[in-house]
Parts: sequence; structure tokens; C-alpha cells
Amino acid sequence: MPCLEENYDIVVVGAGHAGCEAALACARLGLNTIVFTVSIDSIALMPCNPNIGGSSKGHLVRELDALGGEMGKNIDKTFIQSKMLNESKGPAVHSLRAQADKQSYSREMRITLENTDHLTVRQAEVSEILTEDGEIRGVKTSSGAIYYASAVVLATGTYLRARCIYGDVSNPTGPNGLQAANYLTDSLKVNGIEMFRFKTGTPARVDKRSIDFSKMEEQFGDEKIVPFSFSTDPDSIQKEQVSCWLTYTNEKTHQIIRENLDRSPLFSGVIEGTGPRYCPSIEDKVVKFPEKERHQVFIEPEGLYTNEMYLSGMSSSLPEDVQYQMYRTVKGLENVKIVRNAYAIEYDCINSRQLKPTLEFKAVKGLFSGGQFNGSSGYEEAAVQGFMAGVNAAMKLLGRDAVVLDRSQAYIGVLIDDLVTKENHEPYRMMTSRAEYRLLLRQDNADLRLSRIGHEIGLVSDETFKKIQEKEYAIEEEIRRVEKTTVGANQRVQNFLERHGSTELKTGVTLAELIRRPELNYFMLAEIDDDRPRISRDVAEQVDISIKYEGYLKRQKQQVVQFKKLESKKLDVDFDYNVVGSLRKEAVQKLNLYKPVSIGQASRISGVSPADISVLLVYLEQMRRNK
Amino acid sequence: MEAGRKTDTIAAIATAVSSSGIGIVRVSGSEAISVVDRIFQSKKEGKSLQKVHSHTIHYGVIKDGETILDEVLVMVMRGPHSYTGEDTVEIDCHGGVWIMKRILETVIRSGAVPAEPGEFTKRAFLNGRLDLSQAEAVIDIISAKNDYAVKSSLNQLKGSVSAKVKEFREIILYQMAYIESALDDPEHISLDGYGDVLKKDLDPLVNEMDKLVRSSDNGKMVSEGIRTVILGKPNAGKSTLMNVLVGEERAIVTDVAGTTRDVLEEQIRFGDVFLNLIDTAGIRDTNDIVEQIGVSRAREAAKNADLIFYVVDGACSLDENDYEIIEMIRDKRTVVLLNKTDLEMTIDEEYLKASIGHPVLSISARDEKGIGQLEKLVSHMFFEGKIGFNDEVVITNIRHKTSLENALKSIRMVINGIENKVSEDFLTIDLMDAYVSLGLIIGESVEDDLVNEIFGKFCMGK
Repeated sequence: MPCLEENYDIVVVGAGHAGCEAALACARLGLNTIVFTVSIDSIALMPCNPNIGGSSKGHLVRELDALGGEMGKNIDKTFIQSKMLNESKGPAVHSLRAQADKQSYSREMRITLENTDHLTVRQAEVSEILTEDGEIRGVKTSSGAIYYASAVVLATGTYLRARCIYGDVSNPTGPNGLQAANYLTDSLKVNGIEMFRFKTGTPARVDKRSIDFSKMEEQFGDEKIVPFSFSTDPDSIQKEQVSCWLTYTNEKTHQIIRENLDRSPLFSGVIEGTGPRYCPSIEDKVVKFPEKERHQVFIEPEGLYTNEMYLSGMSSSLPEDVQYQMYRTVKGLENVKIVRNAYAIEYDCINSRQLKPTLEFKAVKGLFSGGQFNGSSGYEEAAVQGFMAGVNAAMKLLGRDAVVLDRSQAYIGVLIDDLVTKENHEPYRMMTSRAEYRLLLRQDNADLRLSRIGHEIGLVSDETFKKIQEKEYAIEEEIRRVEKTTVGANQRVQNFLERHGSTELKTGVTLAELIRRPELNYFMLAEIDDDRPRISRDVAEQVDISIKYEGYLKRQKQQVVQFKKLESKKLDVDFDYNVVGSLRKEAVQKLNLYKPVSIGQASRISGVSPADISVLLVYLEQMRRNK
Repeated sequence: MEAGRKTDTIAAIATAVSSSGIGIVRVSGSEAISVVDRIFQSKKEGKSLQKVHSHTIHYGVIKDGETILDEVLVMVMRGPHSYTGEDTVEIDCHGGVWIMKRILETVIRSGAVPAEPGEFTKRAFLNGRLDLSQAEAVIDIISAKNDYAVKSSLNQLKGSVSAKVKEFREIILYQMAYIESALDDPEHISLDGYGDVLKKDLDPLVNEMDKLVRSSDNGKMVSEGIRTVILGKPNAGKSTLMNVLVGEERAIVTDVAGTTRDVLEEQIRFGDVFLNLIDTAGIRDTNDIVEQIGVSRAREAAKNADLIFYVVDGACSLDENDYEIIEMIRDKRTVVLLNKTDLEMTIDEEYLKASIGHPVLSISARDEKGIGQLEKLVSHMFFEGKIGFNDEVVITNIRHKTSLENALKSIRMVINGIENKVSEDFLTIDLMDAYVSLGLIIGESVEDDLVNEIFGKFCMGK
């Protein structure tokens, strides 16, 4: 039977947040790219929460933007409310979060994809990967068509053998009733890839007209909106915002849940997948934290052109009738009407240990993957992996060096290193506490940290990069000036200090010393700093942070130096650790399983002790001298 | 591990720790010379070690603040022409074990860190100072020393100390998790006024930690004496012997407060040597589960012992339990104590000597007879070099103490931060440092502790 055959440089499977970034990165680097989706109408779909960013996820979006990704620009075009979280805390944990108009978000991304050169968008279900001698050759769709390619990026999200469940209803579909991908798993297994089964869940969507907002607390956006993308002009996006609403569950809600637990598929054993601990269903929360009298529920709009509202905090897989009962106990939801039921979703993903830090499979050359397929969770986590997988697939084809960010460079580096180095038993979510050098990895300096790399990859324009270099220069200049400019103990300065509850001066001090005082900052000092040059607010912000937190920043920088030493000692990924005498048995097993790329990575594998690392170092030296 | 250390300069006692009097403290790394220079005072006015030629020896004293610790000879060797290939300083001192330890502690306070097991050798090899043919030996040394260090960390760490350290860590972990979950989910968990709450928890913690640091000087976190295990079948008179030995010296038995768990283990001075005395359950074949646990612990203790006192009930004949013990101690340094001379003896001393191959003493624990001879015999064995204890213990102790002090420093920085109204996300940095330092003492790394605590204790998320 004749069948369709086409040739591409790169195939991307899936057009969610990971797939879109992968496809755009490859095509923009000039590679002939095709991206497959089971439904063209679901490109960049947001099947769960209607927002982008939040704690640590906001960092990821900023980093992605600095490298030349799309997510930041897309949310800047389509947000309907924006908020900087943790503003009263240190700069490292400030986090931007924006509510999205889901339909616009999806539409804008589709427009971008459809208008990118070298990129073909195709609706079809990929059912097989084609390999030859452990190398990727292309993919085959369920209709039998064959697409040859030198690299394939898998970004199938939650669609592999997906099953949506609430009560005793179980539908064999992906999110929102979209067609699941039921064949690819088998093809992956044939190629020796180990699969996991994870689950996650989403709350009900309800009709805005059935909610009594007068019983809830209104949640406004920030007055001054900060964009995600460094290339978005802040003035261009100041606009009227919509509100979210806060209400609470109560004892009655919890009672209904407890009485119906036996009807929950999570507790009755119908669901086998491992769920995330950080985003538990409401029934999980009630069972795990019985002492809590109430839980927060945020009511968030799904968009400007719909009445659907998202009930954040109340995801569930209880039966339909129980969902109704339970939601209606919540203040303001007494007469609520459900538009879409809450459900849990189960899907196949991989054991991410099988990937290299480039997100290429160790077992299949040229096969890359990103997103929820890798066992992560969240749009932002997916997007950054898709991007890195796409970039590395492209680098491989172009014969260029792989791009791997380490833990001291970016949250993206932390995320990927955790995925490929640690045992991952639940959908992985980014958190600021996972980043050991988080003072350095701030969302405010993502451009300064990563634009150079984005520029080298070829996804950040010369013009943008030049701007960032100028910014860098301006920051350094101003830090130097502030560190050597002294102010005298004159009356004007003393008055200023007194007004701000700061100790008066005995002798002259530098401006920098004043900035370091807890009650003062760079911006306040404008009043007594006569020679201050005109600099932009984001330059000023960097100056303030660099000086104010100098001590802490210095400490982390020193730690990074130590960290880099071990990272730079490379290991051969094909090495058999059985030949090293004196390594403990557990260490040999783990090292053979993970095949770390560096001594640094080896030292982070659970079960490898510092003594094992010493032994490895000596062994490496022995090998080196033998050569 | 090397990452996370503040300096690459390491120090340790390089000679066997014995009563022989003379010993060497060795310091290696880029700051070795300046570290020692800070605490060394030359006999010649104004001499600085930083300016002296390589491979020269200098006479002077080591001072801890204003206190002179010892007269010493200091040898300065600049890299790469030293054992490790790095700048190295060796301090020859002659004040005995106690002074050597004081000197090592002073070196560490001056800016070095305690060396990891086998680290000097490892560096020597990595810096090309040892031959390739020695690589296997180097690996063996690292493994062996490390095995011992791990063992002494886990087995010999006093129960009371490890319980305290675990308690400290739990408090710290909980506080970190609270702060981090609030930072992660600020709309669910609030940090308003949390500084005061945190301080209320940390103030007593500082007191407790401080107490432990101070007691670690005399109490010792890891027992440093000769590990001496009293072994024998039930009712042979082991506990009576223990009481006699401990009772005489009760005044110098040191320990950390609240150590009911350590009743079976006591540190005593026995004549000229320190014994770390361990009483065990009588060894016999039994079906009683509780007793079985006791017996297997006794076997384990015997395996790790430096010296064994095997108590034989002289009033009844050797039985199968005795034969099992004799088999167990065949390769161990042992003194056989033929007990109960106050009763009618059925076992002959000469016969026992001939059949076991260890020295035999007849004693009566009840009447405290023969204890003097035992003391002489043990002293004799020690000074002949027949028994000793593993030097790693000394450095392990200093390592633990340094970790504890570092943890205390970190907690004090947290409190200082609270007073300066530093944002909570900075406080967790020092909390984490304290948590890591304490973990080193009980041999636990951080892994995913924090994330697990966050999810376990706090209700997060959408």
C-alpha cells in the first residue's frame, strides 16, 4: 500500500507549551521543522490553571525569554491581570504571575507558529518512532505516513494513554476530551525506554453568573504592571485588569468530602498513577490535614470572552453529584452551576533518569524530549524543557556544542539537573527552595545572566544583546560611583537620616554604606545624591540589589566557584563503574544507572558518598596518566 | 566533600596518637602558611613564616590567643615540593595527645578545615606526587579510612549526642520548610511577624547547641579511649567488674547530661591510659528475642573493640558458650580474667593460658582482688604498642566539634538577621548551612529533606 513519506530536519511531537517552544527554536535556527498535534485548535492549550508564572515559575519564564523563547512574549500579549508576588520579601523570591485569557493565549501562539519560516504545523497522531541501530530516523503517524528526520523531540504532555476520571466515570481521552495518543508508548517501550504513570487533576469550571461575589474578597492586580518579557515595553501593556476572588471551604465542605471518600477513585484504588504532593486535590487536603478548618479557594476568570471561572484550590475526582454538593457549601457558591466537571487525569511519562542533561535519550541518539512527558508538571516547566530540547536537537544537527545550563546559571539548569539526576516519583514542580544559589538566580537579572547564551545560540538578536550589554555596563558604572561617592555629616544628610529612622553620621560615609542600612535603599538616597546620573529603573534596581545584599551575594558566588570545580571534571557517559575497585556496591549500581556527565553530577546522585567521589577522582587521575 | 567548604586548606594530626609524647600536626593547602603564621610566634623577634625559605625549620611557640600551648618546631615546605604538592606546614610538638589536639583546634580556628579521611594522600596523588603504581593503594587508604570514620561517626557517636543533633535538625528543618512554603505560596501561608516566632524557637536552640559545644571538650562526642569490651557468658561477673573499674574512678567519668542510654558505656582512666569501657550482655544461645538482641550487640561490640576483657567464671567449667567466645576473640587483643577466686575454682589458670593463647589473670571482682595487676598489664600493653586506638577518632572528634561550632555560628547569624529585619528568604540560607553542618556529625546529607518536609507538614497549593 502506498503511503505518504516526507523529509524534515526535525520532528516535534506535540504542540503544547513544550512542543511550541521546541518547534519555534528549531525553525528559527533555520532547520526544516514539522510539529504534530492531535488538534490544531489546541495549540498552546492551558487545560488547567488560567495563569502563567508564580513563585519560581515566573523565574523560568523570564529565563526562557532571555534565551529567546516565546512564552514571556505570548503572555504579555494576552494577560488580563498581573501581580508581582512576595514584593515585601528579598529580591530573589519576587515572582511575577499573570492571569491569561486562555483563548487569546492559545490563538496568539498559533499565529506565531503559523507565521514562522521553516515551520510546518500538522494535525496527526504520531504512533511510532523509527530507529535504526539506536539512532532516530523519524516518526510514523496512525495513518501510516512516514516523516523522516535527523532529530525528534517528544513533547506529548499528558496525552499518552491518557484517562480522565471522576467518580466511577473514566474516559479514555486527554484533557478537555481531546483525543489521547494510545500507541506511542508501546513503540517507546520496544526501544527500551522505561515508562512511568503519573496523574494530576483539575478543579471544576463554573458559570460566573451563578456566583455571589459579594460574599468574597476581591483580588486586584498590581497598579503598575511589569511585563514578563525583557523586550516588552512596560508602557505598552498598562491596561485595565480583571479581578480574581477569594473564598474558603468550611467544616461542611469537609464533612461532605469525608462522607464520600469511598466514592473517590483516588481512595478506592481506581487511579494507579502517582500524583503531585504540591497540588493536592481537595479530598487529599482534607484527609492529610484534618486539623485545618478551612482551605482557600481562588475564583479566577478563564478569559475575557467567557463566563467560565476556575476554582483554584478545589481540584477533585469525586463523582459529579458530590462535586455539586461540595462546591455549593462554599460561601458565594451556594447556587453555583458547573460548566465542566473537575477530574483527575492519568498519563504515561518517562523515567527522566534516561535522559542526558541535553534532554537527549541516552539509549536513542537524536531522540530528545521535554515537558510533562519527562515527568514534570506545569506550563512553565514544560516550556523551558521544550526549548532546551529543541535547541539541543538543533545544535546536534548543526554540529555545534550542546547547550547545558548548570545549577548556578539558571532555574532551568536546576530543573533539568534534578530531572536527570534525582529519583523522580511524582510530577516535578519548580520551587525556589530547590535552587541553592537562588540569590544569584533572580527573575530581575535573568537577562543579564542568560542573554549572552541566547545570543550565542542565535535566538537573541544582535540589537537586543547590545542593549543588555549596555545595561550591564551602566550597572557597573553606577555601582562604582556609589561605592566611591561620600556624603558628609552635614545638616541636610542628618535631617534625611533622622526622617527615615536611621542613625546620624559621625563622619562622612559612602553612598554604598548608606544603601546597606536596612532602613534605606538606593532609590531613597536620590534626595541627598546630587550627582546621580539619569539611569533607567531596572538599572537602578540592579545597583540597589548588588550593594544592599553584597555580603550574601558574595557568599553564594564563592560557593559557585567550588561547585564549578566539580562540574568541570567530566566523566565518560559510556563508562562501566564495575571496573573501579573500592567503590561501594550501591555507588557502582547508581553510577551505572545514571551515567553522570561530571563528578559534580555524580556527587548529587543519592547513594554516592563523598568517599566514593574521592575514589573516583583518584581513579580518573590514574586513567589520565595512563593515557 | 570539597564543595561547600570555605577553604582548601586542611589540617590533621599526622602521627599516630599515642602517649609517646612527640607528634606532628600537618597543614596543607593554599593558605597553610598564613594559617600557621597567625598562631606561631618565633623565638626570633618579628619573624614571619610567610617570608621564610622553603624547607626550613623554625623554633618558637604556638599560641591560642595569649596562651602558649607548646614549644614547637615548624617546618615550612612550599608546593609543589611537599608530600601533597601544596604549601605545607608541619608543626612538631611534644606535649602529648591533649596538647596536639589543642594545637590542631587552634589551627582550625585560624582558618583551616579538618582533613577528610585519607585526604592528604588523595591530594598527594592528584597533584602528581605519588606514583601511578600507588593509585590502588591510595584508593584503599581512602576507603579504609573512610569506612572507619563512618563507623566511628555512627557507632561511636554517643547516643545522647546524636539524639541532640537530630533534635536540632528537626527544629531547623521545620522552620525552613515553613518559610519556604510561605515563599512558594504566599497567598496561602503568611510570614507576617514570623521573625519573632522564629527567634523564640532559635534562642533556646542556641543555648542547647552552646552547651553541647562546651561539653564536647570534656565529654567528647566520640569516645576517644581504647575501646574495651567486657565479654563473657551470663553471670561470669562482667557487671561486677564494670562497677569495680568504674567505681574507683567515678569522679573522672565524664559525660553529657541526660545520658541514660550510655549506661553500658563509660570512659575511665585506668592507671596511665584511658579506657572506653563497654559492658555487654552475657553471650549464650537463647530463644528469648530481647536477649538475642543483647547478644548480637555484644558480638558487634567485640568486633569493633581495641581490647577485650574476657571474664571467665572460674567456679564452673568451660561450656559451649565459652568456646564460642574463645572462637570470637581468637584474633583480638584480649586479657582473660579468671574470676571468682573468692570461690572454689574448678578451672586451672595454667590450663587456660595454654589453651587460649592470651594472657590470663586470676581475679576476684567481688573482693576487688587482682585489679592492680590488670592495670599494670594494660599499661604495659599500651606502652609496648600492643594496643592502641585508631587515630581517626581524634580527627573525627575535631571534625564534629567544628561542624557543631559552624552550625552554631549559622544560627547566630539567623538571629542577627532577624534583629536586623532581614527578609525571611535570607534567613533560610543560614538555616540551611546549620542543617548541613549538623548533618555532617551524624552522617546525613540533605537530599530532598526540605521538599519532603514542605509537602509533609504544610498544605500547599491550588
